[in-house]
Amino acid sequence: MDSVLSEDPVALKILIAGGFGVGKTTLVGSISEIRPLRTEEVLSDRGVGVDDLDGVETKTTTTVAMDFGRITIREGLVVYLFGTPGQERFWFMWDELSYGALGAVVIADTRRLTDCFPSVDYFEQRGTPFVVAVNCFDGADRHSVDDVRIALDLDEDVPVLLCDVRRRTSAKEVMVTLVEHSLRTLTSAN
Amino acid sequence: MKEPPRWLDEDAGPIVRPYALIRGRTRTSGEVFDLIASVTVVGDPAPHDLEPEQQLILRAARNPISVADVAVELDLPVGVVRVLLGDLRDHGLISVTSPSETGPRPNERILKEVINGLRAL
Repeated sequence: MDSVLSEDPVALKILIAGGFGVGKTTLVGSISEIRPLRTEEVLSDRGVGVDDLDGVETKTTTTVAMDFGRITIREGLVVYLFGTPGQERFWFMWDELSYGALGAVVIADTRRLTDCFPSVDYFEQRGTPFVVAVNCFDGADRHSVDDVRIALDLDEDVPVLLCDVRRRTSAKEVMVTLVEHSLRTLTSAN
Repeated sequence: MKEPPRWLDEDAGPIVRPYALIRGRTRTSGEVFDLIASVTVVGDPAPHDLEPEQQLILRAARNPISVADVAVELDLPVGVVRVLLGDLRDHGLISVTSPSETGPRPNERILKEVINGLRAL
């Protein structure tokens, strides 16, 4: 018999956040098999009864495409990546996405640093472990990670690193940094 | 004069709107399934009155598969897939296990395994 008992499968969820066009899709694609996930959402009060068709004509559905990636660490241990939709009107989706998430990567572009403020605020408030990955675009001014940390007013323990999300090794480093950070958060809480 | 039938490829959009598949419902009867909840076929399959999409789900879920993966496989919005899954679950044809329900919570050993696995990619 195998000495390792068969275990229940473990599925982990990591979110990739940041402003529009900052490299979320590229990051997910650099490190995993990426596939578009369609969510057609009804923009209306939540929790209405099933089969409640009253007023259906006034409700708006909107299709949101999310980046969805899967990394199989081994059989029974899978990491799922979800690129969060950038627009604020999809905040309600973030609550569901971030529920039970292992952590989040916030991608920042130093030319438009304010774009990642909402993501940083969100994960700080929810207590979701996150790292800030500064995507070094061609031609963008290089800023030190300390500049970014000050500009974003980050807690000391939040890792900030420079990256090039197009490169797999760089994308790997970002993911490893996040999981190490989640691990520290987990062990310090115990 | 009668028009000849026109064949449209999928660029023309779905012939049946996704929410028509689930008769306009947008919510499942029970809890909302997590995107990474695991779907598995249980029991003897194949009542013959299933919708084609439900049959596809049963085929896809012979081995455990996540809710998000089902949506990608069927190329349907997650909201629609959740309702279809809820129906199948209510009929006792599948089980849907949320990651928080069973199994170990992410612990130190698992996270270290993930870190090593990511490094080895």
